[in-house]
Amino acid sequence: MKEKLLEIKDERLSFFTPAGEVKALNGVSFSMEEGEVLGIVGESGSGKSVTAYSIMGLTAFPGRLIGGTIRFNGHQVDQMKEKDFRKMRGNEVSIIFQDPMTSLNPVYTVGNQIEEVLKLHTDQTKAERRARAKELLELVGINEPEKRLKQYPHELSGGMRQRVMIAIALAYEPKLLIADEPTTALDVTIQAQILELMQELRKKLGMSIIMITHDLGVVASMCEKIAVMYAGNIVEYGTTDEIFYQPGHEYTKGLIKSIPQLGAEKVERLVPIEGQPVDLMNPPKGCPFAPRCDRCMKICLSEKPPETVLSDTHYAHCWLRQKEEYEKGAADGE
Amino acid sequence: MAKYIVKRVAMGILSIFIVATLTFFLMNLVPGGPFVAEKSISAEAQAALAAKYGLDKPLFQRYLTYMGDFVRGDMGVSLRQRGRTVSDIIFSKFPVSARLAGIAVVISLLLGIPLGCLSAYNRGKFWDSAIIVFATCGIAIPSFISSVLLLYLLGSKLNLLPTVGLNTLASYIMPVTALAIYPTAYITRLMRSSLLDVMGQDYIRTAKAKGLSNFKMIFKHALRNAILPVVTYVGPMLAGLMTGSFVVEKIFTIPGLGREFVSSIVNRDYTMVMGTTIILATLIITANVIVDILYKVIDPRINLK
Repeated sequence: MKEKLLEIKDERLSFFTPAGEVKALNGVSFSMEEGEVLGIVGESGSGKSVTAYSIMGLTAFPGRLIGGTIRFNGHQVDQMKEKDFRKMRGNEVSIIFQDPMTSLNPVYTVGNQIEEVLKLHTDQTKAERRARAKELLELVGINEPEKRLKQYPHELSGGMRQRVMIAIALAYEPKLLIADEPTTALDVTIQAQILELMQELRKKLGMSIIMITHDLGVVASMCEKIAVMYAGNIVEYGTTDEIFYQPGHEYTKGLIKSIPQLGAEKVERLVPIEGQPVDLMNPPKGCPFAPRCDRCMKICLSEKPPETVLSDTHYAHCWLRQKEEYEKGAADGE
Repeated sequence: MAKYIVKRVAMGILSIFIVATLTFFLMNLVPGGPFVAEKSISAEAQAALAAKYGLDKPLFQRYLTYMGDFVRGDMGVSLRQRGRTVSDIIFSKFPVSARLAGIAVVISLLLGIPLGCLSAYNRGKFWDSAIIVFATCGIAIPSFISSVLLLYLLGSKLNLLPTVGLNTLASYIMPVTALAIYPTAYITRLMRSSLLDVMGQDYIRTAKAKGLSNFKMIFKHALRNAILPVVTYVGPMLAGLMTGSFVVEKIFTIPGLGREFVSSIVNRDYTMVMGTTIILATLIITANVIVDILYKVIDPRINLK
């Protein structure tokens, strides 16, 4: 079997704050093939960014990996030191952040910031780097690249800055591109342009992408697989069709119900998910979603739901599915 | 840029004019006069002296005369240091103070910036605490205490350094140290807090995600953004130090401008008060213009208008 590009098993990560241990990830497992596009969705604080950041060792102090294994592109990431991460960042895996307005250093030119990555990971001469930087700007669809290279970030619009961020991330043709809510800070028309660009680049360069977002529309259009996260757990994982058409977890169902429907017959109110997100300092003993779940059962409060396999590519952690599978099994057995 | 500088210079000249005017009238509002304290001279002699220096004329007329002379480059003669012109005194003493101040500022920058960086980088660890303790002491201890301590320890007890004047290179050590302690401590703290602020910015995370080393991250990406508050502080501080420190010059017996500053006020040496005040104002205004231009050089977002 071909080795997976990324394989995370039972990852546990906590932030050790003065107020106590915040359990940000509580046993996250998933894997990715080369060239795959995975969407991680979930609300704020569900651990989507932390999961992705931990692949490149960017989890900020006082966050610490306390268990599990991460294998990426042949590296045993969970054993890696800061020095090893440095060699990997920017060439094997790179990242695009949420806010392009603040993610570029205001005091250096765009060219300088793109060429910096090349300087770090290649032996190219100055002229070669400049040529490559120009090529990259063309690749991400920036006109007059020659002129833009000499400009400062504040002289560019938000959409253009995000394109520059993408150019920086792609400078060394990474195996994996992490996009941390790349369109959240942009207005809608620019959002569509950036997503289109990312799709185009993926076809051209064939890299894998992890798309972190809370916008289900974005994942539907971009991703092949989706991982739904809640309170530091992947509660459901499957292909985009499976997640949207046969959601297996009550939380996923809630998320899909809360999407506004265009062209609905009559005016319908949006259905919000009631309640508050979980306090990660004292995560519940059972299913983390149980306190907010409409169909919560007794067992949901006391025991963690195991993985229920719904298809080869689809699983969910929900007692209801477990029950259904059991009943189905019992019926088949008769 | 050229237009901006011309504009700032014009505004500077106006400011100096206002400072000079205010000083002139305020100074004359204070009771007493340059010759009042000298009990040995008779009332007639005092009146004669006043007439000689034009002090018997109405205030406004004296103001016009002074400003007229000043515009022609004549700051008058000192009323108390007989036979010496104000420009004479300033030009002989200013270089002494300026040299001391220059050395002190260079040292405080060379120490303060790296110490601040070191402290921020080791936030919460031993070196951070050690540097913060040092910096807090440096800010809290006034220069007359540190001067006297230095003088007592290095000069008198250990007999290592000369205690008077500025005749040898070694004699610079103590006064420069006394002058540099406060700015060093202040720059350290400023640098620390500003760098900590910048280290939390998104573009530092970007730099890290590119695979840059910590060294490059701090010295290329963080420092240039974090240095602005230090630049803001150093400009006016340099101007202040260049006009001399009364305390340090008095304790180390240095013939600098700082002593003239205070003694001219005590003696009601009107022309000297005007001269020293105008020098200080000019230096501060010049420093501010230079700081503003440096801003533009450091941060391209700043628009000079």
